[in-house]
Amino acid sequence: MRVTRTSQAAKIAAILGAGVLVVLIIAPWWAGRADMRLMGELFLYLALASLWNLMAGYAGLVSVGQQAYVGFGGYMLFALTIFAGFPPIVAIAGAGVLGALISVPVALLIFRLRGAYFAIGTWVIAEVFRLSFAQISALGGGSGSSLPVKIVRSMADGRLAREALSYWLALGIAFCVIAAVYMFLRSRQGLALTAIRDNELAASSLGIDIWWTKFIVYVAASALTAMIGALIFLQKLRISPDAAFSVNDWTAFVIFIVVIGGIGTIEGPIIGTLIFFALRETLADLGTVYLMVLGVVAILIMLRAPKGIWGLVRARFDLQLFPLGYRVVSDKVKGD
Amino acid sequence: MDWVNVLVQGALLGGLYALFAAGLSLIFGVMRLVNIAHGDLIIFAAYMGLTVVTFTGLHPLLALVFVIPAMAIIGYVLQIGILNHTLGDDLLPPLLVTFGLSVILQNSLLEIYTADPQKMDAGVLETASFPLGELQLGVLPVLTFGIAVVVIASLQWLFYRTAIGRAFRAVSDDQDIAQLMGLNKSHIFGLAMALALAVTAIAGILLGIRTSFDPSVGGGRLIFGFEAVIIGGLGNLWGTLVGGVILGVAQTVGAKIDPGWQVLAGHVAFLLVLAIRPQGLFPRISG
Amino acid sequence: MDEPLLQITKLNAHYNDFQALYQIDMSLSEGEVLAIIGSNGAGKTTLMRSISGLMSNASTQLRYRGRPFGALRADQVAALGIALVPEGRQLFPSLSVEENLLIGGRLGRKGPWSLENVFNLFPILKERRTLPSTSLSGGQQQMVAIGRALMANPELILFDEISLGLAPVIIKSIYEALPHIVGEGISAMIVEQDISKALSVSNRVYCMQEGRVSLEGVSQSISREDISHAYFGIT
Repeated sequence: MRVTRTSQAAKIAAILGAGVLVVLIIAPWWAGRADMRLMGELFLYLALASLWNLMAGYAGLVSVGQQAYVGFGGYMLFALTIFAGFPPIVAIAGAGVLGALISVPVALLIFRLRGAYFAIGTWVIAEVFRLSFAQISALGGGSGSSLPVKIVRSMADGRLAREALSYWLALGIAFCVIAAVYMFLRSRQGLALTAIRDNELAASSLGIDIWWTKFIVYVAASALTAMIGALIFLQKLRISPDAAFSVNDWTAFVIFIVVIGGIGTIEGPIIGTLIFFALRETLADLGTVYLMVLGVVAILIMLRAPKGIWGLVRARFDLQLFPLGYRVVSDKVKGD
Repeated sequence: MDWVNVLVQGALLGGLYALFAAGLSLIFGVMRLVNIAHGDLIIFAAYMGLTVVTFTGLHPLLALVFVIPAMAIIGYVLQIGILNHTLGDDLLPPLLVTFGLSVILQNSLLEIYTADPQKMDAGVLETASFPLGELQLGVLPVLTFGIAVVVIASLQWLFYRTAIGRAFRAVSDDQDIAQLMGLNKSHIFGLAMALALAVTAIAGILLGIRTSFDPSVGGGRLIFGFEAVIIGGLGNLWGTLVGGVILGVAQTVGAKIDPGWQVLAGHVAFLLVLAIRPQGLFPRISG
Repeated sequence: MDEPLLQITKLNAHYNDFQALYQIDMSLSEGEVLAIIGSNGAGKTTLMRSISGLMSNASTQLRYRGRPFGALRADQVAALGIALVPEGRQLFPSLSVEENLLIGGRLGRKGPWSLENVFNLFPILKERRTLPSTSLSGGQQQMVAIGRALMANPELILFDEISLGLAPVIIKSIYEALPHIVGEGISAMIVEQDISKALSVSNRVYCMQEGRVSLEGVSQSISREDISHAYFGIT
């Protein structure tokens, strides 16, 4: 017997994953423009979903107000490039820093609410952000504004290069978010969070300050979500309060992705994002019906298979592509 | 005098918010469920009222005769059919399932009624007013506030003076022991949701007479109801009325300063209460 | 031979992976008082929870007047006429004394017990009827718990740890009230730590040990030696 963290499946997954990553990196040389746009959007949703999953599936922070940070990040991109003259890339990083800063007082307030009331509290915050940005006339008030052509051009020479850059940025942030979530969940704090989720008793004996850990998760997720928001609106080139702080676009879809894929697993958001986009590409013409179908599927999964599609797969094959905990493996060569 | 008028109008508006909040407070009190679809159910009731009015030509307030029982039945079926299966130690299933319901409801309404704003015509009731001292009070806002007071007083009476209220409190205290008394908790929860949605029906109709509505505004009503609950203190029915009044006053004061600040001022008042007195003004339940 | 009121056949019970009861066989005739004794963790409370429907069982493991009821919910079991006085009283804290009693009687089964008769049995409760149940002493709370079960006019009443945590003088008065209760034609199962008390009020006794029945006998004739063997597992 020996204790190990990795598994054969995880090793194969890592090798395959590296291969897929290389193929994705060179996409500008093999994919069409429409495909690249779609994939760029997919990566941004993947990143949002992974962060929401970290909060809801591990830290017990169920938010229905992540659109607050998506919109905030988007607006910061516009403000920092237009008023401070930052290059877009710097402005994206700046949006992350400012997102972290603003999330601190927000967390101090809404952490006073428990459970489901916390969720609605996050929504109130998003509404406060939306209504506040609608009051700022320099950013277009209620009707919004466009990113000046000069700033767009400053990113890179030529449209192709710009599109490749924004694709790589999306791929890069998705990769960084998943890597960061994975590393965090393997850390002492991360394992403690998983332990709390699975067993209250274990948590109290770990002696880790749970409030502090949740706070760190919230602030980090907010910062990264703000950066994703900046990237989203760098692709869209236009921002308005309703689009920036849309609960459907930035929270409902993300929740459905995670629930369908499998909440509380790293693999879930990946599977969920792929399914979500496959469904969207086939059902998008149905408009509102598409959203209703998603809602029904999410409810059915929550009632019948609360661990989502990845949970079903894992229960059947005992697979774990991102090994988090330690496991005991019987060694067939020599036992002790 | 201008400001007194603003305060009075805000307080009367608070009656409507208290009606939004009462259903939310009731189901949380009985089964610790927070229904994210609550606001969309209010709007759903408004559309149901609109449909009844369109087909029968009844006055919107008389449409309540249909809408209240219909919403109550929907509440019972919803609770027995879906929501009871989500209740347990884990808070995610009820939250995510009601969130899914909210999206389904909103988009169904969009599919049936389109995104065009609608309004119910209540005739002279909408414009009628009467003088009180130097103030001119609208009949509809006063009526709404009066209904809110009656609804909350009735709920309070039901909760603390009747057998079904005893059952609600017993199940809320300890579900297992309540079962031993012959109480079927699924049925009791179903009744609680039926009652909550009956109140929602009243809220929806009054909303639909007062302002125009469209399928997207449910989330906002949920938030107003939720803010009134938290300001007033969890589990306190009269507290929700106070919470609603504070929220209403904050909004009209905000609107008086700048029309764009109406809703924002309400949120700020809520956040202030959360910062200074997170348990609300008159808490009854912890957690 | 008369059909027993309650027949338990090969009853098993689990808490997740932990098995708490193994193949329990018991029977109780109409009008009989059974004592259940055994050390902590022997499975007595689990047995009470199983009979009252708080734990799910296979249908035929439990029969009432010959009718299988193991798969029924607790509220359906209550409607059959089986009432439980749970361990630690477990009154409803947001209900007054009188409301706790009234909720016990909400099934409306016919029988001798009414608010008035419960107040006659425990007069102190009448004085305290409007107080919150949590403001009462432990002994008074146990009276409310017993009264609450009686209000259902049960045919079979289960007492889980009837005297645990109560002052001796209270225990005495509760045991003095017992004959009035079972004298009204109610059968009973009494879980009790105090062996001599248990034997004095019961017709027959079952001793449980580690989830199994380790001894069964007639209360008046069973030997102390056998009991201590069955109780502590000393052989």
